[in-house]
Amino acid sequence: MAKKAKSSLLNMFLSLTVIAVVAAGLLALVKVVTEEPIENAQKAKTEEAIKAVLPEFAKTDTLTVNGYMCHKAFNDAGELVGVAVESFSDKGFGGRLKVMYGFDMAGTIVGYSILETAETPGLGAKADTWFQNGGKGCVVGKNPGESKLTVKKDGGEVDAISGSTITSRAFCGALDEAYKAYKVVVEQ
Amino acid sequence: MKAKDIIKNGLIKENPTWVLVLGMCPTLATTTSAVNGMSMGLATTFVLLMSNIVISLLKSVIPDKVRIPAFIVVIATFVTIVQLVMQGFLPALYETLGLFIPLIVVNCIVLGRAEAFASKNNIWHSALDGLFMGLGFTWALTLVGMVREILGTGSVFGWKFIGEADGMLLFILPPGGFICLGLLMALVRYIQNKKTSKA
Repeated sequence: MAKKAKSSLLNMFLSLTVIAVVAAGLLALVKVVTEEPIENAQKAKTEEAIKAVLPEFAKTDTLTVNGYMCHKAFNDAGELVGVAVESFSDKGFGGRLKVMYGFDMAGTIVGYSILETAETPGLGAKADTWFQNGGKGCVVGKNPGESKLTVKKDGGEVDAISGSTITSRAFCGALDEAYKAYKVVVEQ
Repeated sequence: MKAKDIIKNGLIKENPTWVLVLGMCPTLATTTSAVNGMSMGLATTFVLLMSNIVISLLKSVIPDKVRIPAFIVVIATFVTIVQLVMQGFLPALYETLGLFIPLIVVNCIVLGRAEAFASKNNIWHSALDGLFMGLGFTWALTLVGMVREILGTGSVFGWKFIGEADGMLLFILPPGGFICLGLLMALVRYIQNKKTSKA
């Protein structure tokens, strides 16, 4: 077996320094190589979410309102056709519930898509289908300006997910915030 | 030491999950489905293989007193590489596993193999040990994930076989993880004991 380096101060210092420097160099290289794909992947994810919640559009323009990212969608003629708002609530059962809501120009909800969730599987995690078209607590096609979109327990019109009132409240809370941001964007 | 023994050790005789019982945190956290368990296992396998090779190469230049920090730097480097590559090229997988990838750094198996094997053996044997320890971890995680997925959601590798009905939720949640892991471990050990007493 090869002779082992002695644990002298110089040896320890040298070996750790060299290892750390080589590791840092290697990581910098990987970082440079993967930077673009990572950015693209994140962009693609956002774009997909916008497509899922809005009617047909040609291009988008992103701005921040009330701390929420809002994506304005335009059609080929350059007219505003809808707004997608990335909203969140920290009152979910498992912490932050991040949802993207899409509104058309009348303020009607076109669709939504859950971006980030830590809700309980089988209970709160049902939120990704529960409030969709055909789901029991459907909010798609409703207008937060005309109907009160909170859970029924709170006097609203939305059927909460059975066993997951907290998640449902967080969902409605995020929806409310999104609608407020949407109003600001439209009035601009 | 023969290559055959190393392979057998990693897969069965000293299987990291069933026998050494190392790295239980990622085992319990990521095995909510077979695919998740398998991906976590494969990511760990890559890190194990690479860190075992590098540490075996460096074993004579690393002074004993600083070997642990040196090992950790090597391991952390490979884990970060896995994380960045996965984030860039497999974003869907990163979504489910992302949280647990950095945890591979502190997975006892990786440091354990570096300390117990790679720092004492040649490169060829260390690489083999890393690869098969990793694969042993992978099959164990896949099995736990599969059982939990079947009981919890009624599907295997994402293919649902019980129609619209819900599975037994408990098995997707943490308590079900403990129950499954414990029972499976008992079963595997029972089979192993039977084999050895026969021989």
